[in-house]
Amino acid sequence: MSLVAVEWIESVLIGAVQAGTVFLIASLGEIYAERSGVLNLGMEGMMIVGAAVSFIVTNALGHGYAILAVLLAGLLLGLAHSFLTVSLRLNQIVVGLAITILGLGLGGLLGNAAIRRGIILFLNPEAPERNLIVQEAEKLPDIPIPFLRDIPVLGGMFFRQNGLVYLSLILAIVMWFILFKTRFGLSLRSVGENPAMSDAMGINVFRIRYISMVVCGMLGALAGSYLFIGYQPFWVEGMTQGRGFIALALVILATWNPLRAILGAYLFGGVEALQFRLQVLGVAAQLPQFLLMLPYIVTIATLVLLSLESVRKRIGVPASLGKPYSRE
Amino acid sequence: MESPEKLVEMRSITKRFPGVLANDSASFTLLRGEVHALLGENGAGKTTLMNILYGLYTPDAGEIFVRGRRVQIRGPKDAISLGIGMVHQQFRLIPTHTVAENIIVGARDVGFVLRFGRINERLSELIKYYGWSISPTSKVWQLTAGEKQQVEILKALYRGAEILILDEPTSVLTPQETVVLFQTLRKMASQGLGVVLISHKLDEVMAVSDRVTVMRRGRTIVTKPTRETNQRELAFLMVGRELSELEARPMAAGGKPVLEASGLQILDDKGLLAVKNISLRLFRGEILGVAGVSGNGQEELIEALVGLRKVRAGKILLDGVEMTNRPSADFIREGVAYIPAESLRYTAADMTVAENIILKSYRNRRFSKRIFINWKTVYDEAGKIIKDFNIVTPSPFSKAGNLSGGNIQRLVIARELNLQDNIKVIVAAYPSKGLDVASTEFVQRKLVEAREKGVGIILLSEDLEELFLLSDRIIVMYRGEIVGELPRQQFDLEKVGLMMTGVKGAEVKA
Ligand SMILES: Nc1ncnc2c1ncn2[C@@H]1O[C@H](COP(=O)(O)OP(=O)(O)OP(=O)(O)O)[C@@H](O)[C@H]1O
Ligand SMILES: [Mg+2]
Repeated sequence: MSLVAVEWIESVLIGAVQAGTVFLIASLGEIYAERSGVLNLGMEGMMIVGAAVSFIVTNALGHGYAILAVLLAGLLLGLAHSFLTVSLRLNQIVVGLAITILGLGLGGLLGNAAIRRGIILFLNPEAPERNLIVQEAEKLPDIPIPFLRDIPVLGGMFFRQNGLVYLSLILAIVMWFILFKTRFGLSLRSVGENPAMSDAMGINVFRIRYISMVVCGMLGALAGSYLFIGYQPFWVEGMTQGRGFIALALVILATWNPLRAILGAYLFGGVEALQFRLQVLGVAAQLPQFLLMLPYIVTIATLVLLSLESVRKRIGVPASLGKPYSRE
Repeated sequence: MESPEKLVEMRSITKRFPGVLANDSASFTLLRGEVHALLGENGAGKTTLMNILYGLYTPDAGEIFVRGRRVQIRGPKDAISLGIGMVHQQFRLIPTHTVAENIIVGARDVGFVLRFGRINERLSELIKYYGWSISPTSKVWQLTAGEKQQVEILKALYRGAEILILDEPTSVLTPQETVVLFQTLRKMASQGLGVVLISHKLDEVMAVSDRVTVMRRGRTIVTKPTRETNQRELAFLMVGRELSELEARPMAAGGKPVLEASGLQILDDKGLLAVKNISLRLFRGEILGVAGVSGNGQEELIEALVGLRKVRAGKILLDGVEMTNRPSADFIREGVAYIPAESLRYTAADMTVAENIILKSYRNRRFSKRIFINWKTVYDEAGKIIKDFNIVTPSPFSKAGNLSGGNIQRLVIARELNLQDNIKVIVAAYPSKGLDVASTEFVQRKLVEAREKGVGIILLSEDLEELFLLSDRIIVMYRGEIVGELPRQQFDLEKVGLMMTGVKGAEVKA
């Protein structure tokens, strides 16, 4: 194989990790929510809010504050979702879609030039004029890891990335451990399978679902902020382009397992990276339209799948997923 | 001699549900070291009384003492911390979790990081102590009903239960598993635990219990040492009248098969092959018994025979008409009645008793004119059926989900036997599960009556005595295959028992 071809393949692989990290962070959050029995269709909205907040706060106060603000925004959205679906027991599909619509609207609003300017000046009156008008923000710096960065291919994929890429991998492992090896994780999984029994065993079903949904909201927003400051720091309205819905499908593909989500995320990321690079080469011009449609197809397929009892049993859907719990 | 400590004392417990007095100043005491049987007809209030002790319901009146101290039990959490454990009729386990995970869920003493090595070791010891053979690392869905029950018991014991309530535990067990369970119960009693055993099977009560309490219409009628009573007296106390014995007459069947299946292959819910190449013929006026330990493909087989499950290969003929993979409505129309194992799943719990009775026959011209349902006939008919089948319900308009276990079963049987005028085949899975003596007899009589009218009946049961009493022919299933077939003259407990463990019919004879 020619050197050019090898380099091209390596660039696709690196791109797979970079694009896939969006999916990974989002699906990790969604896995916790769904394992506890709450379906979060608001993922797309949480992501776009995360992207918009990181856009504004980075330009006002820099990356550190931006991440904090994003986590706070995600926490609030997660709380809102759990209040409506867990405490008020509203339909999870309706609430989730409402949050997505709300998020898309909010994202558009925050992206508006005048409003953005106002918020940035409010946060930091000394912000340089340039930061008030640009449609972009400073990208998160790459942090190459000594020695490891020089490993061929793997070095580029995993050891010359920004902090959020590393964080997402660590999170996947830690969240897997918590889910399967700790008391909290066992309670979380049990609540998702049989809330009434868990309640009788002394587990606080509502607390577990609130915690999981808040974690999900925070990670959803974080995924959106990675998409912006970690991957494509140019603001475009609706820039999540259905990635939140793709993450939902990924959760099923990963059978609600954080470690399997890593593989799935990079696979989906690979498709995105490949498509981008093929377009540059002028191949497959129709592909983008098709890919834009994908999230919606995937979502409908997901919902249909989740409603078929026989399928639910076979792929191991958490048994109480989508069903509100009430003590008689 | 000092008399043993009172673990539980319930005094004048009254519990009222809309339209029903489920417990009518009932009293109950449980002593340390005893197995105490709680008897009573369907709807007598046994489950309600024990649910109150377990904190699932709060009584309207009455007092509860545990180890001599007056207590308020506000929920299962309180009950568990008082050392009370309960195994319900429907298991409350998570099939996709391991045995160990199911046992320790919610337990506080395990530490944040779960050390499964240590936990499993501790559980293995407990399992060995009771002479069981489950592994802490198996997934619960892989277990038999009897093993799941062991997990439920372990779950209670692990939380330090001293008072163990078992609601009709033997209704899901094979005869062998029942023997094992009873050994366990005796062992627990000898260790100083108190065990409450709810059951309808008088022979079991006689065999395993130390004392018996009989309930009738919400009241506790009498408590007696088991030694000082007998089956006949207990039956009389429960029902308030003498029972007659059912006599099964020899088969009058023959001619063309009414149901014929050949080369059936059927998948289970997980997509695994549950039935591998089964062929059978059912004749008019015949009761064909199907024996086997549950989970050997029987459930899948009968679901296919009533059109609720697709077959992967093979053919089903009903009266010579091909029915393979036709919708279940066609099976209903052609006269196939189905009495399912989990009757609760086959009722619409939020609909009324009357609606449930006509759930499958509302298309019948008796009940509907064009698209309209003739409610007057429905309620008249429902009232009659409720009386005929002795369904204990406040009214035909009450929610079916609130009936007691046995009454739900009666409701389903009533619905199926009144399906339509030309019933050709009845497929009955554990039809007397959860029924009291009188209703068991009633159901068996109904099945025999149907047979005499020329209906072909497939009877699935884990109660070999029932199978022997009713069947004209028995087939035994093991791992998705028929391992043996016996005509009535050759029925033999040991023979069938062996075949149920996979020994082929031919080898048994030799
Ligand atoms: N949650 C409920 N709501 C309304 N009525 C109820 C409820 N639970 C029980 N009942 C009624 O209380 C009565 C006693 O029911 P219970 O389940 O205690 O009977 P049981 O003795 O356990 O009978 P079985 O042998 O059939 O299980 C029944 O008439 C039943 O319909
Ligand atoms: Mg009961």
